[in-house]
Amino acid sequence: MANRTNLLLQQLQKRILILDGAMGTMIQRYGLQEEDFRNQELAVVKKSLKGNNDLLSLTRPDIIKAIHKAYFEAGADIVETNTFSSTTIAQEDYGLAALAYKLNFESAKIAREVADEFSANEPDKPRFVAGAIGPTNRTASLSPDVNDPGFRAVSFDQLVSAYAEQVEGLLDGGVDTLLVETVFDTLNAKAAIFAIQEVYEKRGLPLEPSEGGIPIMVSGTITDASGRTLSGQTTEAFLISIAHVPLLSVGLNCALGAAELRPYLKVLSDKSPFHVSVYPNAGLPNEFGEYDQGPEEMDKEVSLFLKEGWVNIVGGCCGTTPEHIAALADSASKYPPRNQHVLTEED
Amino acid sequence: MSKPTKISTLQLSGLEPLIFNESLNFVNIGERTNVTGSKKFARLVLNDNYDEALEVALDQVRGGAQILDVCMDEAMLDGEAAMVKFLNLVASEPEISRIPVMVDSSKWRIILAGLKCIQGKGIVNSISLKNGEEEFLFQAKTIKKFGAAVVVMAFDEKGQADTYQKRIDICKRSYDLLTKEINFNPQDIIFDPNIFPVATGMDEHKNNAVDFFKATKWIKENLPGAKVSGGVSNVSFSFRGNNPVREAMHAVFLYHAIKHGMDMGIVNPSMLEIYDDIPKDLLERVEDVMWNKREDATERLLDFADSVKSQGKKGKADEAWRSLSVEKRIQHALVKGVLDYIIEDTEEARLQLIDALKVIEGPLMDGMNVVGDLFGEGKMFLPQVVKSARVMKKAVAYLEPFMPLPGTNETTGEKEDNVKRILLATVKGDVHDIGKNIVGVVLACNSYKIIDLGVMVETDRIIQEAVDNDAHIIGLSGLITPSLDEMVNVASEMERRGLDIPLLIGGATTSRIHTAVKIDPVYSGIVVHVADASKSVPVAGEAISKETRDAYKKEIKATYQKLREVHAAKQQVKQMATYNEAKANPVAIDWANYTPVKPKKLGVTVLKNMDLSIIRNYIDWTPFFSTWMLSGRFPKILKDPVVGAEALKLYNDANKMLDRIVNEGWLTANAVFGLFPVQRSGDDLVVDPSYTEGKPYSFHFLRQQGKKGKGIPNRSLADYIHPDDTDYMGGFAVTAGLNIEEKLKAFQEQGDDYNDIMLKAMADRLAEAAAEYLHLLVRKEYWGYAPDESLENEDLIKENYTGIRPAPGYPACPEHSEKRTLFDLLEAEKNAEMELTDSFAMYPTSSVSGYYFGHPESKYFGLGKISKDQVADYARRKGVSTAQAEKWLSPNLAYTPKLTSEPR
Repeated sequence: MANRTNLLLQQLQKRILILDGAMGTMIQRYGLQEEDFRNQELAVVKKSLKGNNDLLSLTRPDIIKAIHKAYFEAGADIVETNTFSSTTIAQEDYGLAALAYKLNFESAKIAREVADEFSANEPDKPRFVAGAIGPTNRTASLSPDVNDPGFRAVSFDQLVSAYAEQVEGLLDGGVDTLLVETVFDTLNAKAAIFAIQEVYEKRGLPLEPSEGGIPIMVSGTITDASGRTLSGQTTEAFLISIAHVPLLSVGLNCALGAAELRPYLKVLSDKSPFHVSVYPNAGLPNEFGEYDQGPEEMDKEVSLFLKEGWVNIVGGCCGTTPEHIAALADSASKYPPRNQHVLTEED
Repeated sequence: MSKPTKISTLQLSGLEPLIFNESLNFVNIGERTNVTGSKKFARLVLNDNYDEALEVALDQVRGGAQILDVCMDEAMLDGEAAMVKFLNLVASEPEISRIPVMVDSSKWRIILAGLKCIQGKGIVNSISLKNGEEEFLFQAKTIKKFGAAVVVMAFDEKGQADTYQKRIDICKRSYDLLTKEINFNPQDIIFDPNIFPVATGMDEHKNNAVDFFKATKWIKENLPGAKVSGGVSNVSFSFRGNNPVREAMHAVFLYHAIKHGMDMGIVNPSMLEIYDDIPKDLLERVEDVMWNKREDATERLLDFADSVKSQGKKGKADEAWRSLSVEKRIQHALVKGVLDYIIEDTEEARLQLIDALKVIEGPLMDGMNVVGDLFGEGKMFLPQVVKSARVMKKAVAYLEPFMPLPGTNETTGEKEDNVKRILLATVKGDVHDIGKNIVGVVLACNSYKIIDLGVMVETDRIIQEAVDNDAHIIGLSGLITPSLDEMVNVASEMERRGLDIPLLIGGATTSRIHTAVKIDPVYSGIVVHVADASKSVPVAGEAISKETRDAYKKEIKATYQKLREVHAAKQQVKQMATYNEAKANPVAIDWANYTPVKPKKLGVTVLKNMDLSIIRNYIDWTPFFSTWMLSGRFPKILKDPVVGAEALKLYNDANKMLDRIVNEGWLTANAVFGLFPVQRSGDDLVVDPSYTEGKPYSFHFLRQQGKKGKGIPNRSLADYIHPDDTDYMGGFAVTAGLNIEEKLKAFQEQGDDYNDIMLKAMADRLAEAAAEYLHLLVRKEYWGYAPDESLENEDLIKENYTGIRPAPGYPACPEHSEKRTLFDLLEAEKNAEMELTDSFAMYPTSSVSGYYFGHPESKYFGLGKISKDQVADYARRKGVSTAQAEKWLSPNLAYTPKLTSEPR
């Protein structure tokens, strides 16, 4: 594991690394039905499981494998595990909280397998697995009941225990890095980071990647033109709130396309003491909720960041496909990565 | 252990960053939200008055506080709970949570509870070596995991540092432990080297300020990265009650402390004089005390203090907006979420506009529109909008007593329910509900009753609840892409069930064009896309109001039509099946394995003067209460915390009246029903003429024509009759309102509205109960297909039996003229003393008529819209002109019939 961490750090020094694109968009291409989301174990579940994409790691591992493969083939260095919603909290909506560890473990294993295959075939281009840790569907610093602003649907402690279970599964399944992503409420992310620290401490893993720890990546989500997270923080406030651990990278993903992310990405590039990542959506959704920004157009927008030297890791979120990733990988190879620098008060 | 992060200065955050760089100078920590420091705040929290407690915090921010110190260390308080509650509320006030929080407690568990509530990087106040290194390091390590900075008190196992030397020794030791043992970021260490009172009259206190200044300087020079903080008001402790002196002392102390390197402090800005404004003589005496310059410094300041008169307090935060017009003030209050003056401003507006409703529709809604626009433009964000809604709510609550009460609409004589119910749901498969909740609040502010079904709501439930609650509007929300399709599902299901409730569409992925292209065409009722919460109010108003509804529907339908045409004229979605296609898709019944049950008694049966003492047992009470505008299911409603007492009273009165109705024969109930062999002919059922004295009788049924999904039939009641063989159906007419006029007249003469309404309501209930009882008799005896049925009244009300009794004029068979056929066949006029008006209304009013279908698969449905091909066919079957049929069926037409000129 330490070897792969070192390998990852080395690669980051050399070039801009490519993260994969959307999982959901790819799954949609398969036109799956309810039965695809079920196996023997899930046969008795009454609720409709269709749409619970994380389950596919158990019921249709072939599809998940194929998607990872497609992204690696397109030029991705890092693929994300199919675990965005694999927490006890998010799975509770389907009554499948008990599956959380298994989902993470199996998803990590699948991605690991594919990554190892590619790495073996192409030793010069090692491939990595990022354990995707989503925001859950509850917010720790916003009330779902506007009449009762003091109410919280989830507590910090509940989040910590859910995240800890997810982290255990991901680590056991063999991920190279943990990616706390789509952070729309920073308190949720802080709970995830807290859980990671607890698990590492328990396992005797160092936090610092250069000391062989499993690197931690965090990626926030700026929800709209206000330039804030859903929970109201500015980009810089978000960065400050999660900078207490030695992150591998901090970045932005989802909600906006590359063009809209530009001002906020610049803030991170200017202020971040860590590597900077970005994986925008394929533009803004059209009126039908579809993302129709093509690979070329997205690549054009993303290339502007690459040219500025703002990023170390780039990929795609909602609506992006292997075609998008291939275009990004091609462009990224032409630009050097952002220089990580020690920030001083003048910054 | 990890290396310190590469950040070279203290950085904190609330919603916005607070970075300790050169330009920051001194950071002011608000102290009024500290129960130990503010009696007012303590009282508010103890009295659970968190609204005002929040105002205290807001005052702090507006007064210039850059960090908010929150302390709940009070013996009478559950400090943990209070900390959590207050911090959660602070998080909902963006103007407050903009700044970082300082979690202040001497109790570790309260600190932990506080840390779990703050999304930003805050400060813990405080930890120390008081209980030894182990506890100190454990706590620091935990704080580090939370990513907070920490205030370290100059305090060790031996006690609080009260000399210069002790201060620097303890700070140095703490610093070394933190940075070397656990790699605590030195930038995140803030020392509190103890600000102690001066001028107390005790010799050992004389050097307190000087020692603090010197220790501060030493820390800044010798402990790189570390900051210095302190509670400034301590220094003037001995002058409590003499604000002018205290304010001067604070100013002088701060002036020097900052010069010596103090970075931040707990200071009440309203208790702070400007150094240069301190009168020379006072300044000199305070300086003497601070610097311990002369033996008699304290005495001299005390002497002077007696002569200083307390002057008026300085003005609060910027109140310039108070001088604006009342409309602007209300707008300001809404946009800024200021609760302070909203009642007086609302009252002023009410006096100006006279009508309370106009205040809501005018200045308040205008203000909310501004909020909506700002939100839409990204200039306000979610938590602020919620806050605005709270102000709105408060204003509306104030206005409520001035608004007309729900009552009887005199022109129609019908009950008019003033509470408009809006049902909100996030559709199946989607768990996002923040936007929906906002819409709920905003609408609730505008006097709508919100029925919020929550998230992941199945279509069936949305529709059932809408029907059960008689919702005026259904609002669907969703954030994820698949929700768009789900909304189309809900809309088409509403259509299928023949609903006409306006449908509002909202949520992040929804759009006007999607609504126009995909949702509007599948639903014949009003469908509107609502761009944001504030827009929901005018839309709801227009969609509900009797005056505007039709025009609005026309307008919005036309708008969407246009959008569709523009979008894709050629891709127009076909919404209707042809009548032939619909007929080819009937209810699938396995007729091969079904033998129609022949009724035990065929032909017409008359039951006159039915026993009301039996019938009363079959009353469904829930609608009775809704007649009286008490909503809730019986019998639960009798124990309802809100209406229970009133409901019980009403229930007792009703039963007293029932006793008299039964015992004194106030009302007479008659029934007639018939069971006949019928033959199916298309969607007509032809009654066997041997039971009608040879007269030809046919019932004409209609068929759903909306385009159905796979496996969903286009239903017609005719489907429940065997397609080829002789099968059976029935018809009935029952009334419980005979002789009612006499009693009603008596009540009216006495002006006894209560009993007048009561008797009408009871007659209605008895008629329905009689129909229920009759149906039971038919199932068990006269038809006899369920001889062993044994159901409680509750199950009867829930229709847990086999067979249905749909009534002409109701959704499954909405065409009223069929009642004429039914009445003729049953000779209801003669047999039951019931009459039909020219427009097919029954008299007495308390009457029920309908058909009986006995097939186990038979169930109720709504016809929905039908096309011209079916209307023409129906006209032919009924032997009337198409224009006549169109007139009868106008609510169900899927098209606009041509206007035919009336014959002169």
